[in-house]
Amino acid sequence: MNKGLSWFTWSALIVGFSFLYLPIILLILFSFNESKLVTVWGGFSTKWYVELFNNQGLMNAAWVTLKVAFVSSTVATLLGTMSGVMLTRFGSFRGRTLFSGMIYAPLVMPEVITGLSLLLMFVAISWDRGFATVTIAHITFSMCYVAVVVQSRLATFDHSIEEAAMDLGCPPGRTFFAITLPIILPAVVSGWLLSFTLSLDDLVIASFTTGPGATTLPMKIYSQVRLGVTPEINAVSTILVGLVAVGVLVASVISRRSEANRLRDERLAVAET
Amino acid sequence: MNQKHQDTKAPAVEYLDSSSTDSVPGTLEGFHKQLQLLPPYRWLSQAIAGSGISARGLLIATPYLWLLLFFLAPFLIVLKISFSEYAIAQPPYTALFEWVDDIYIQVKLNLENYQLLYEDSLYWRAYLNSVKIAGISTLLALLVGYPLAYGMTRAPRHWRLALLMLVILPFWTSFLIRVYAWIGILKKEGLLNLLLLNLGVIDQPLTVMNTDIAVYIGIVYSYLPFMVLPLYASLEKMDDSLLEAAADLGCRPIKSFWQITFPISIHGVIAGCFLVFIPALGEFVIPDLLGGSGTLMIGKTLWAEFFSNRDWPLSSAVAVVLLLILVVPIVAFQKMQEKDKVA
Amino acid sequence: MAASGQEVRKKWEPWNDPQEKPHVQLVGVTKRFGDFTAVDNISLDIYKGEFFSLLGPSGCGKTTLLRMLAGFEQPSQGQILLEGSDMAGVPPYRRPVNMMFQSYALFPHMSVETNIAFGLKQDKIPKGEIAQRVDEVIELVELSAFAKRKPHQLSGGQRQRVALARALVKKPKMLLLDEPLGALDKKLRAQTQFELMNIQEKLGITFVIVTHDQEEAMTVSTRIAVMDHGRIVQVATPNEIYEYPNSRYVAGFIGDVNIIEGRVSEVGEGYLAIASEQSGCSIRTRHALDAPVGAAVWIALRPEKLVISMDAPADTRTNCMAGEVWDIGYLGNLSIYHVKLDSGAMITTAQTNRTRDTDRPITWEDRVYLTWTPDAGIVLGQ
Repeated sequence: MNKGLSWFTWSALIVGFSFLYLPIILLILFSFNESKLVTVWGGFSTKWYVELFNNQGLMNAAWVTLKVAFVSSTVATLLGTMSGVMLTRFGSFRGRTLFSGMIYAPLVMPEVITGLSLLLMFVAISWDRGFATVTIAHITFSMCYVAVVVQSRLATFDHSIEEAAMDLGCPPGRTFFAITLPIILPAVVSGWLLSFTLSLDDLVIASFTTGPGATTLPMKIYSQVRLGVTPEINAVSTILVGLVAVGVLVASVISRRSEANRLRDERLAVAET
Repeated sequence: MNQKHQDTKAPAVEYLDSSSTDSVPGTLEGFHKQLQLLPPYRWLSQAIAGSGISARGLLIATPYLWLLLFFLAPFLIVLKISFSEYAIAQPPYTALFEWVDDIYIQVKLNLENYQLLYEDSLYWRAYLNSVKIAGISTLLALLVGYPLAYGMTRAPRHWRLALLMLVILPFWTSFLIRVYAWIGILKKEGLLNLLLLNLGVIDQPLTVMNTDIAVYIGIVYSYLPFMVLPLYASLEKMDDSLLEAAADLGCRPIKSFWQITFPISIHGVIAGCFLVFIPALGEFVIPDLLGGSGTLMIGKTLWAEFFSNRDWPLSSAVAVVLLLILVVPIVAFQKMQEKDKVA
Repeated sequence: MAASGQEVRKKWEPWNDPQEKPHVQLVGVTKRFGDFTAVDNISLDIYKGEFFSLLGPSGCGKTTLLRMLAGFEQPSQGQILLEGSDMAGVPPYRRPVNMMFQSYALFPHMSVETNIAFGLKQDKIPKGEIAQRVDEVIELVELSAFAKRKPHQLSGGQRQRVALARALVKKPKMLLLDEPLGALDKKLRAQTQFELMNIQEKLGITFVIVTHDQEEAMTVSTRIAVMDHGRIVQVATPNEIYEYPNSRYVAGFIGDVNIIEGRVSEVGEGYLAIASEQSGCSIRTRHALDAPVGAAVWIALRPEKLVISMDAPADTRTNCMAGEVWDIGYLGNLSIYHVKLDSGAMITTAQTNRTRDTDRPITWEDRVYLTWTPDAGIVLGQ
């Protein structure tokens, strides 16, 4: 627009994004600090990373977390995809309202309540808490996120493509695997990634539902953070942030490239005729 | 020409049907075919096919049962325990239902927990304070998020996708770490005070850490993407020629913002506010790490009741009341979304 | 000579032949969605080899009817018989019927070839035969150069042909087409209409097409069913529909028409005389209708059937309306005149521009006379 407004635009963008990114950048910066004091720069060093890898407790917690995240996101993707299909393609079945309520409720439920209720149930059926119970808890809330992602993809998907497959002699079950699944696969994959990071990130629900021997990384970080800021935690955080950033960037580059290819193909097809 | 037409008596369960002819190896059908060679699997699939449960029914049943078992049932248990009494036992509460002489079930509905919530000012102050903190944080998030979202829609078109990615990216990184990052900035000997002291803006370090202000900052920071995304979506849809038309009709830029841009983005504003307010209300990590001992928030209270005082019945009651409070904004939000869909 | 020509090309009208068995029979078919009746008690026979159109505005139930034929919807009442066998409860994937979707519904992750082969694979046809049949049909729709492409690498017209080929390759007993040309631009649409007709003639498959475009229906169909609010208003050949619409709705939906009110004043041998204040004259028509003297009727007059002239005809009392030129639209090949009658009614007439220059062209505010022959008017009842 006008020159006067672009000044405003610039400052809004700069202030907004600095607010979003400065804390993380500072955190990363100080993970390479020689000094133990987090606020005083004592020169570049990677010693906290070395120390980190020698910290058996943290390493164990990280391993537990990865296992929980992997198993829970995989099962959650399976259940969530089924739920998404049910909600968009099955019309009305008995108890549909209750089901969609149960899919959406965990998304707005405070984590403390989800955690508390699952814990109380595990106690009520006297199920010893540990790896299995955290995994189940994570599956339960992750599958709802997957369901929503898959559902919104299916909602924008031309249903007549599936009808065409059936019209050509393909029964419904086979249609799902031959036609629907390949088309919604990107949504299913991003549902998996979302579940994975949600599980990786969860502190509250894990604190309620885990037991001895299955302490997760966020719990470990939390207990150390309460004692104060340490460069070691900065180093863990940097690694986690780095992994996610790389993952998200790679995913977005791949999807942008395929999108660009698609657009180019379309333009070519139009130009030919 | 068309054989499929004749075998109308096909099995109801299409892909549990083991009699179907050869299938492509490597596909799921092929995998299924392999599985059929295992007797237990074959028995199971035959039992399912024989019992009259359709594939569709099976598909519905699995996630449905999962949620009934791990979402609804736990919640009913919370409800139940909230009506029982604290006891020094394992688990630390009394039974709600008791067999009397093996004939009657005696129901002991204990309303004491709720009475305590009502009478002890600690609890209702925690509820009120949660609403206050969530409300103020939501307004602050709107004040920060609106210019950002507006700036994004004014930016050159080929930047927008990248800017959008930049807003979403923090959402994917660990929540805990993002909260943690602020501790180093806000504490007394932290980076903020260091900067301000060196610049000579202040001569005494500010106390921000462990106050409500730190909690506001934490909530705004953590939930900003939730505010920016709906705002951006509603502002992006706006046709630029509307502003040009307003200018053409003699409207000054500031006035046309309030008369045109803002009213058009109002749906985004409301959606963003709900998306920040609802999770902020039950927040635990932010008030616990950034807030002080005086920062009362209900999520924190629940956690303390449970882990420190081990009063399970009372924490259950706290949870039930928190949910009841949350129902109001959630239902309001849903009503609004439905109205938007119709409009 | 013309007569002998007609003798040789004997008229193909299976619907007028009581010996002929219908290919598809709809008996009292009704479809309700909740309180809404989308299709209301339709009975219809479609014959083998027909190119049958369901024509009507959006929401008239034509697509629902088509989807019932395909098996995506089950009738709430009534029966659909295909070659005499009841289709109730037969799912779409077991019906010997194929559909071409409005959106084309091509599988985006498959090439043109695999899209077309998909239906044959479902029938477990040997690989060699699949390849051969796919090649044949790709040839038929002239897409050989694009066989390996994905749908998004094709233009709209090419996609349309893939969708057609994919449905045709299974040699269905009936092909259902849902607004098949709706997404194409006007020029391509006209060309594709003729291609569709050629293909249909070559393969002899029964085509049932849904369209809201009356021109398209007129061009391609053997017969047209005009639908309104879930009912069929008229089923007839394009020519009959245009020349002898059975209601004001059909007359107005197909082509332009002037509707004039009047009352029957005389019922004669093979003619009807109608007094009409609106037209300011007595209307004589050969088209008869079972209407007693005094009954209220409407006369439909197509604009091109009226002759406009500045000179008064010999008889200005019968089949002659006088008025003033209100508006002229020059379309090149035609000119459209809007004439305001003395009664205030507005009449439209179209005249071919045969000569390049006229001494004195008709212009605004000229007093003109509109005349027509007794064959031209159609009498419509309620």
